Amino acid sequence: MSSEIRFTDFKSDKQPTWCPGCGDFGTMNGMMKALANTGNDPDNTFVVAGIGCSGKIGTYMHSYALHGVHGRALPVGAGVKLANPDLEVMVAGGDGDGYSIGAGHFVHAVRRNVDMTYVVMDNRIYGLTKGQASPTSREDFETSTTPEGPQQPPVNPMALALASGATFIAQSFSTDAQRHAEIVQKAIEHDGFGFVNVFSPCVTFNDVDTYDYFRDSLVDLAEEDHDPTDYDAAKDAILDADKEFQGVVWQNEESVPYGEKHGVTEDMSQVDEGAPEGAMDLVREFY
Amino acid sequence: MPADFNWAIGGEAGDGIDSTGKIFAQALSRAGRHVFTSKDFASRIRGGYTAYKVRTAVDPVQSVVDRLDVLIALTPRTIEENLDELHEGSVIIYDGERTTMEDVEIPEGMIGLEVPLKRLAEEAGGAIMRNVVALGAACEVADFPIENLDSALEKRFGSKGQQLVDNNKEAARKGQDYVDEEYDHEFDYDLETTDEDYVLLNGDEAIGMGAIAAGCKFYAGYPITPATDVMEYLTGRIENFGGHVVQAEDELSAINLALGAARAGARSMTATSGPGIDLMTETFGLVATSETPLVICDVMRSGPSTGMPTKQEQGDLNMLLYGGHGEVPRFVLAPTTISECFWKTVEAFNLAEKYQTPVYLTADLSLAVTEQTFSPEEFDMDEVEIDRGKVVDDDTIEEWQNEKGQFQPHAITDDGVSPRAFPGTGEGAHMTTGLEHDELGRRTEDTDLRIEQVDKRNRKVETAKEQEDWSPREFGDADSDNLVVSWGSNEGAMVEAIALLEEEDVDVRFLSIPYMFPRFDLTEAFEDAEEVVVVECNATGQFADVIEHDTLTRVKRVNKYNGVRFKADELAEDIKQTLEA
Ligand SMILES: Cc1ncc(C[n+]2csc(CCOP(=O)(O)OP(=O)(O)O)c2C)c(N)n1
Ligand code: SF4
Repeated sequence: MSSEIRFTDFKSDKQPTWCPGCGDFGTMNGMMKALANTGNDPDNTFVVAGIGCSGKIGTYMHSYALHGVHGRALPVGAGVKLANPDLEVMVAGGDGDGYSIGAGHFVHAVRRNVDMTYVVMDNRIYGLTKGQASPTSREDFETSTTPEGPQQPPVNPMALALASGATFIAQSFSTDAQRHAEIVQKAIEHDGFGFVNVFSPCVTFNDVDTYDYFRDSLVDLAEEDHDPTDYDAAKDAILDADKEFQGVVWQNEESVPYGEKHGVTEDMSQVDEGAPEGAMDLVREFY
Repeated sequence: MPADFNWAIGGEAGDGIDSTGKIFAQALSRAGRHVFTSKDFASRIRGGYTAYKVRTAVDPVQSVVDRLDVLIALTPRTIEENLDELHEGSVIIYDGERTTMEDVEIPEGMIGLEVPLKRLAEEAGGAIMRNVVALGAACEVADFPIENLDSALEKRFGSKGQQLVDNNKEAARKGQDYVDEEYDHEFDYDLETTDEDYVLLNGDEAIGMGAIAAGCKFYAGYPITPATDVMEYLTGRIENFGGHVVQAEDELSAINLALGAARAGARSMTATSGPGIDLMTETFGLVATSETPLVICDVMRSGPSTGMPTKQEQGDLNMLLYGGHGEVPRFVLAPTTISECFWKTVEAFNLAEKYQTPVYLTADLSLAVTEQTFSPEEFDMDEVEIDRGKVVDDDTIEEWQNEKGQFQPHAITDDGVSPRAFPGTGEGAHMTTGLEHDELGRRTEDTDLRIEQVDKRNRKVETAKEQEDWSPREFGDADSDNLVVSWGSNEGAMVEAIALLEEEDVDVRFLSIPYMFPRFDLTEAFEDAEEVVVVECNATGQFADVIEHDTLTRVKRVNKYNGVRFKADELAEDIKQTLEA
């Protein structure tokens, strides 16, 4: 553990091109703080980013990083972690990236339970493509492509995660810096797939799910005596349509991450100079 | 007496055709005979016609021919399906007591051997062994020492207990004795054995074995015929070498998992068939732009769409050469034999890492699912060389940092190859992206930087063209005016066709091309030839088109696209006619 690491060490020298006031600034700062607090440094950290305004995060952070194709960051993250379990792997993307084009991967990443952290910057809109409805947009939210609103209920990411067998589910608010960093830190520390849905408002295209809206409506689970290890309580909170909350809603303390379960615990980057020892036995099998 | 012996077992899927055929093939291989197998299978698990064919000789065999000497027919349809290949004197072994086989008529001139397979199997301990009874009968017909069958049965059932092995041996003997006692016919066959030790394997297995030999540690895939065998081979084996297989939720995930592992520094691979390549194409561009070494194996089947999943075709070449939006460098290797499936896989990993590009490795269904015997030396693991390319470590990284101490994963170099730092390397933190980027890997839309990076990536291909050997495999008469060119599994049939053509005084020079991109320059060979024929298993002649483009010369074409591989005798005839046309 290198105590001299500060969260700013995770900052790249590239100036973010996010709109001034975008929630993604806070989301990213919290992630960097959480990484530093958990004793990581840029050389052992791998950040995989999706596509969208949110996905630009990999550029503004300093670490090993891959900015992939739309919706497919989760399998990349799992591949990195399984190939080198010594790395701290964080995957980040938007609600469109994660719950629309990437929804299939989300379900399976959750059940695969690879020991990594997934941060979704949920602004309930498509930011980068300039304001279309996202899977978390409200039913009546009017956009350029849904003039009457999507007329479909939003997905409930946490319900989706819970139903898929998630071992850690949390929600945070990008601007509540201290709390947000703390929640991400818990996700990092969790043994398994740590999922955090972050309310990260889009100040340019979403005038409904604003900072004010979240500030007024957010309930902190920690202040409600919520027990995150109580599955039924988690289920109730997650399915409560009238409640916006932050905090760790569900944590399975019995979680055994994929790597441990499958005995994938060694760094795979090293290779022998020739065929590995015992390779000739592979041929003998065919006698 | 024919030099080689052709045998088949056919019935419905679910009849145990595959395992029975495999036992026989293994018995022959263990007896020091060369074996070449082929399968007729339909895309269903139960019902439908399916057959396993074995061609065997003391000399090497590397293709199928239009002839069947002994057929074990479990259904009447098996006889119908193979009428063309049965000849005067062919032996058909069947169970006349089986209801569906009661009234079966043995075609004129052929020998029907009615053997109560089920009854004899029950006597030996269970009806399930009726196919083994048939194998015993076939041994008697072919004058093949049954001890070799015993050895294959031990291999197959040994792990399930001696009792089962003994019962099976007993079943085989009952079949043998029955034929011996009930028929006093003299058969023309005499399958001699030799002291040679052969191994018997198919192309998918050779690819899996090549991957492990090359130090591949990570494999992610999604099941699809005929590529699944690669995943099945690796599962349970790669772990012994520190690796792991993930069955992904789809091909999009599979290639992204594999990409992640490759970024982490592991030698990494995925395999699929055409429909899966379609899905992977999205990420293919990212792999190439991010300069990630990755081996992507396409075991071709008949398309388009879901096409004919269990049938042969070489229809994906255009997709492999050109698939994906934008322009990205890639290598496309196409092994031409089963042992080459092994060696080209090893080579694919080296090329991927040396040049930091995706490598498509393509085998066609015929290569993937048919088995062939080889001397074990063909897979000499001591010959495997590993080249990881420009990997930097904590000590050498400095050389590749800019004045601010930042590592440059996409540094512009003369040979087009940039340094690689595995995550965890001190001072090496960097990003990469599918967006166009600068030397640091950061997004750019700067016009000059764009050109520099595109040129850099393409330069890798130029470097590889100079540094690597892209030669074809050459056969036949080097001085002939007739040039035949093909790729993939056609090589075996073509090599045998050359011998058949010789008998008819037709000489050919044959180039079998294992590298689809970069390609060997055929211009000179074309100048030396009067006639050029390109042989491939597709309708439009994708490779012929490419060659015409490369050489600015028209070629003649032999195409087959009914879903069945070329047979040596048929191909010889096609070549002859095409040359004469
Ligand atoms: C295959 C593909 N389809 C569409 C796009 C265009 N696209 C880029 S970002 C985006 C949506 C991003 O929305 P979200 O994930 O919510 O992120 P945000 O920009 O709001 O942070 C889309 C549709 C793309 N890049 N790739
Ligand atoms: S468009 Fe919205 S999400 Fe994108 S940077 Fe601007 S405020 Fe942020």
